[in-house]
Amino acid sequence: MNIWQKYVIPRSIEEAIHYLTSAPGSARPIGGGTDLLLEIQQGHHPPVHTLVDVTRIPDLLRLQEIGERLFIGAAVPVKVITESPLVRHHALAVAEACGLIGGPQVRNTATLGGNVAHALPAADGMISLFALDAQVEIAGATGRRLQPIHTLFKGPGQSTLDLNSEIIVGFYLPLRKSGQSSAFSRVMRPQGVALPILNMAVWMEREEQVIRDIHIAIGPSGPVPFRATQVEKELIGKSPDSFALKRAKEAIHQSIQFRSSAMRASAAYRHHLSEVLLEEVIGKAWQRAFELEVA
Amino acid sequence: MNDPNMITLTVNGNTYQLPEIPGEMLADLLRYRLKLTGTKVACGEAECGACTVILNGEPVLSCSYPAAKANGANILTIEGLSSVQTTPASDGSQIPLHPLQQSFIEYGAVQCGFCIPGQIMTSYALLQRNPDPSEEDIKVALKDTLCRCAGYPTIISAIKAAARTLQTGRPLPPPQIDPSSHAGRVVGTVQPRPDAVAKVTGKAIYTDDIQFENMLHARVKRAGVPSGILRKLDIEKAQKLPGVVAVLTAEDIPGEKYHGLVIPDWPIMVGIGEQIRTVGDALAIVAAESRQIATHALDLIEVEIEPLPVIDHPVKAIQENALRIHNNGNLLKHIKVRKGDVEQGFAQADVVLEHTYHTPMHDHAFMEPECSIARPTPEGRMELYVGSQIPYSDRNQVARALGVPEEKVRIIGQLIGGGFGGKEDIAGQIHAALLANVTGRPVKLLFDRQESLVVHPKRHATQIRVKVGAKMDGSLTAVETELFGDTGAYASLGEKVLTRATTHSSGPYEIPNVKADCYAMYTNNPPAGAFRGFGVMQSAFAIESMMDTLAEVLHMDPVELRKKNALRVGSVTNTGQVLRESVGLMECIEKVEAEMNRLSDGSPFTPKPVEGAPHLIRAWGFAVGYKNTGLGGGAPDKAGAEVELRRDGTFQVRSSSAELGQGLPTVLQVIAAEELNQNPRQIDVLLMDTDLTPDGGPTTASRQTFVTGNAVRHAARALRQLLTSELAERYDVPPQEIRFIEGLAQVNGKQVSLSHLAEQMLESGRQPLASYTYWAPATRPLGQGGDMHFAFSFAAQAAEVEVNTLTGEVKVLRLIIANDVGTAINPLGLRGQIEGGAIMGIGHALTENFIVEQGRVITDRLARYRMPSITFTPEIIPFVVEHPVSEGPFGAKGVGEIVLIPTIPAITNAIYHAVGVRFDRIPVDQEKILLALKEKAATA
Repeated sequence: MNIWQKYVIPRSIEEAIHYLTSAPGSARPIGGGTDLLLEIQQGHHPPVHTLVDVTRIPDLLRLQEIGERLFIGAAVPVKVITESPLVRHHALAVAEACGLIGGPQVRNTATLGGNVAHALPAADGMISLFALDAQVEIAGATGRRLQPIHTLFKGPGQSTLDLNSEIIVGFYLPLRKSGQSSAFSRVMRPQGVALPILNMAVWMEREEQVIRDIHIAIGPSGPVPFRATQVEKELIGKSPDSFALKRAKEAIHQSIQFRSSAMRASAAYRHHLSEVLLEEVIGKAWQRAFELEVA
Repeated sequence: MNDPNMITLTVNGNTYQLPEIPGEMLADLLRYRLKLTGTKVACGEAECGACTVILNGEPVLSCSYPAAKANGANILTIEGLSSVQTTPASDGSQIPLHPLQQSFIEYGAVQCGFCIPGQIMTSYALLQRNPDPSEEDIKVALKDTLCRCAGYPTIISAIKAAARTLQTGRPLPPPQIDPSSHAGRVVGTVQPRPDAVAKVTGKAIYTDDIQFENMLHARVKRAGVPSGILRKLDIEKAQKLPGVVAVLTAEDIPGEKYHGLVIPDWPIMVGIGEQIRTVGDALAIVAAESRQIATHALDLIEVEIEPLPVIDHPVKAIQENALRIHNNGNLLKHIKVRKGDVEQGFAQADVVLEHTYHTPMHDHAFMEPECSIARPTPEGRMELYVGSQIPYSDRNQVARALGVPEEKVRIIGQLIGGGFGGKEDIAGQIHAALLANVTGRPVKLLFDRQESLVVHPKRHATQIRVKVGAKMDGSLTAVETELFGDTGAYASLGEKVLTRATTHSSGPYEIPNVKADCYAMYTNNPPAGAFRGFGVMQSAFAIESMMDTLAEVLHMDPVELRKKNALRVGSVTNTGQVLRESVGLMECIEKVEAEMNRLSDGSPFTPKPVEGAPHLIRAWGFAVGYKNTGLGGGAPDKAGAEVELRRDGTFQVRSSSAELGQGLPTVLQVIAAEELNQNPRQIDVLLMDTDLTPDGGPTTASRQTFVTGNAVRHAARALRQLLTSELAERYDVPPQEIRFIEGLAQVNGKQVSLSHLAEQMLESGRQPLASYTYWAPATRPLGQGGDMHFAFSFAAQAAEVEVNTLTGEVKVLRLIIANDVGTAINPLGLRGQIEGGAIMGIGHALTENFIVEQGRVITDRLARYRMPSITFTPEIIPFVVEHPVSEGPFGAKGVGEIVLIPTIPAITNAIYHAVGVRFDRIPVDQEKILLALKEKAATA
C-alpha cells in the first residue's frame, strides 16, 4: 500500500482547501511530514489518498510583525524560527523550543504548524506557544478564524481541527513589552524517542522584584496540554525566592498528575524533574525580564 | 513543472525529468531511479542521518522526504561533492576529492563506510554556514547522524582539518597517530584504507546498491507472536495479487529445513503444526515485481496460531515444568570451570562478598540492514550477493536448504555496513535463494530496520552471581560465579558465547580456587549470538563491579587491588592455562593509572563538584579486562589465503575472511607489502568470494589479524620464494642476490619489472601464485587444562564521569584506554577500533537496552534503541601497549573486542565514586540514578 496516491503542492490557501475538500479519498495537509509520514509508514496512521503540501503557500511562510502582534506562519521551518531575530526578541521560549524539535536535518523541514496539528501533549513548539497564549489562525472552506491555542486539543494526537478541510495558517503572539520575557527548557534522554521526558515553558511579566503575571505550560501533563494555573497563582505577586518556588513546586505536585510511560519516564521522575525545570525556566525568564529591556 | 505528473529536479548539476511515483521518497528516487546509490538508507525512520542530502542548500533526510516535494529543487549528493571543491596536495597539485572526503580518509574516520556519505554531507552543510566550527558546533550539527563504528572523535578532527584547509587553501594537517613501536617498513605505519576513496565518494557498493535486470523483491511473513503452534497458513489470496510471482512455505523447501551455525535448530520456515519459538520466526516468503507489492501480499496471508506459554527468562526456562522450547529441553549447555577448591579458598579468606548482576540484550545496530540477492546463473548455479561475516558457512547452509552440492552455490561477499557479530548467522540468504530457485529470476531480500531489530541474534542477556574471597592484603583466595545466559529461541553461537562469558567470569586475575557454572538456556526471546565482546562484556561488568566493592571493603585502592591479582607471564588462568608470553596487563594498568593520577591531582576517586555548579559531581572509575584471540577450546582454527602476482605487476591477496569495517584489508595489505617489499598501493585485497578466495574461516573472536594475517604472511613469503627461484634459474644467479623493490626485482644489478616476470612465468605455464593454509596453535577444550586459547588481549581503562545530581544525567568526560594488542599492525585502524569500542561501551553502560516484554520486542525501531550519537563523544586518551605474541603475525593479536570490555565497569565504577550509588544492572539510566540518589538521601 502506498503511503499516498497523490501529492499536491498548492500555491494558495484557497487552492489547498480545494484540494483537501475535493480529494477522491482521504486527504491531509502536510508540512515537513516528519511526523505524519513516519506514522503512516509504521502503520499508526492509515495511508492518505491526497497529501496537500502547504509549505509553498506564501501566507504560511510569513514571519513578521503584523500590527501589535508577531505572526509565525505555520509552514516556516522550525530552524528559521529558531534563528529569527524577531522571534528571539519577542518570543525567546518559542525560539528555544523550536531549536530542540527533532534533529538538525529534521528542523530544516519540520514546521510549527505540523508540531501543533500533531497534537502530542509534549510537543516542544506547541508547549512554548501555550505559555505565550498564542492565537491560531485557521483556514477552512468557510473562511478564516482565530482560535486561542488551548481550544485546539481534544486528546493525545487529536486536535479540534478538521484536517479533511482545514489548515493552520499561522500563530499570533503578543509583542514583548518592557519587563516581559519567556523561556523554555526540557529534559530528555540523550538519544532515541524524540519526545522529552518533561518540558516547560514560561512567559513572565516582571515589575521590580515581583512577578506581576506569569504563564506556565508543562508537557506532558495530561492527555491535552493546559496552563498550570494553580502553579501560576503561587507566583503572581511574589518574588521568585525559595519560599515562593517551594509553594509553586507543591502546587505542581498537587494539581498535575504526571503519567508513567514505559519508554520515557516514571511519574515519580517527572515530578522530580518538574521542580528542576521550574527553577530553571523561572530563573531564566526572571533574569531576561531584567536584562532584555525593550528599546 | 507544469505537468503535475512529472518531477523535475537538478541533482549534482544535472537536470532530470521523471514521472512521479505515488509514495516515493527522495532517497528511493536517487538510489533506484538515478542509480546514485551513494545516498544510504539505514533506518527509514528519520533517525540516523545516513540518507542526508543537500536540498536547496540545507541538509535534509531523503528517506522521509517525498520525491514529489523535491520538484524544482537543487540537490547535492555525495557523488557531486568533489565537483564543488578539490583538495590541495603538498606538491602543489589538486587531489580530486573535496577536503572533507580527503580528511575523512587521512584521519581514519572511515570504517564500515555506510554512514559516511551522510556524515560528509551533514558536515558539508555545517561548513557552508559555519566555516570554523568548534567541537560543540560539530556535535550539535551531527547530533542525529549516527555512526555505529563510532569513529566520532576522528570525524570531529577530520571536519576541523577540512575546515582549516577550506579556509587557508593549504594541504590537510596530518593526523596525530603514532606508528607501532615495532613498526617495519610498512607494517605498523599509518596507512589509509584501500577502500576509503570509494567509501567517501559514494562509489562503494553494498548489497542493496546492486540491481539486476528482471529482479524480484522478496519479503518475509513473520510469526509476530513469541510462542505457539502454527495451525493454519493460507497463501491463496497473496498468490493471486497481481505482481506476486511466488509465495513459498515450509513445504516448498527442497533440502534441509533448519539452519544454524553450530546446531541446525532454526527453522527456515515454520510449517503447519510446528512450533513457533520467537516473534521473528518466518512462516512464508513472497517474491513480487516490486517491494510494495510483496509487502502488500504479506497482509493477505492468513495465519492462525494457537498460543503457548511464553518463556521469557532463562531462570523460568530451567524450571522442571517449563514449556519445552526444543525437543531436547531448554538447557542448551551447562558450562563448568573448576580450579582448586573454592570451599577451601573461601575458608582461607578474611572477607567474602557475594552479589548478583544483570545485563540486558543489546542490538548490534549496524547501520546497514541485512540484504541478500540470490541470482540463478544459466549454468545452474546459485549466486548470493550478501554482506556476511562467514561466507563459507553461508554457502554450506544455502546449499543444504536447496538440496544441492556446495559447489552449486557461490557467495559473492559485498561490502558490509557494520557487523559486530550480528552478520554471522543466516538472515535472508536462504529465503532469497529459495525464491530465486523457484522463479528463475534474481531476488533481492532487504530487511527494513524493524525486521533487522526483531530477527537477527542479539547480545545474550545474563544474570551473574559473583562470590569472591580475599585476604586483607587484597589477594584473592577464591571466586565462584554462577551465570544464566539467555540464548533466546535458537542456539546460534550461544554455547560458544556463554563459554567465553564463563571462562572470563573471574576476570584477568590469578586465583587459586575458581568455580564457575553457566546455564545457557533457550527462551522465547529473539535468539542471542555473537556480539563484539562475545560474553566477556557481560562477565567483566560483574567481576569488575565486584572488585571495586571489594577494594572498598578492604580499604584498598581499587587499582592496587587489581595489580595485586593481575595475570602476569607465568600465571595460571582459571582454566589451567599457563601464560608463557604476551601478558601486557600490568603495563596497561600502570599507563592508565599514571595518566589518571596526573589528570586528577592524585585523587581520582574523590568526588569533585564542578566550580559554580555544585550539582555536577565528577570522579574517575577504573576497570580491567581480557579477551581471547581466536576460536580456542580445541576448535581447529585455520585460515587460507593466496597471493598472486598479476600480469600488470601488481599483487592480489585473496581470502574469504570478512571486512565489516574493522580494517582487515589494510592489515592484509600491509602484511603482504612488508613480506614482498612492495608499496601497499601495489597490493589489492579481494575478500569474501567462495569461488575466488580460499576459506578464511569465520570473522569472529578477534581472530582475523592473527589467523588470516598469518596465512597471508606465509603465502606472501612463499610467493616471494617462488619468484626468487624463478629469477635465480632464469638469470642464473644465486637467490640471495635477488631483491624486490616496488614494482621491480633486482637481479644482480639488473632490473626486471614484475609485470615482465609475471608474463614470463605465465608463458612457461607456471602460475605466479602461492597459497597457504595457516593453522593456529592447537588449543584444548575447556576442562582439560593446558592452552584453551593461543593468545589473550589485555586492557585497562579509566573513565571520568560527571553526574548531574538534579536530573541523574551522566556525561563521560574522559576515557584513558590502554590495550595490549601485541603489535599495532594498522595504527589508523586500531585508533578506529579503540574509539568505536569505547563509545559502544558508553552506550552499553548508560543508554542501550534491547527491551523484550513477554517475548515481544519493544525496541523495534532505531528511535527506541538508544545508541550513542556524537554528543556522547568524550576525550579519549589512548595508549597502545605492545607485548608481542611470538606466533602472531609481526607479534600481533586481536583487538576488535577488548576495546569495549572494560569501558562499561569503568563508567559504573566512576558513577559510584562520584555519587555513592552502585548499580548492579546496566544500562544505568538517568532516571535510575536520580531515584537511587533520592533513596540514598532519604535513608542517610
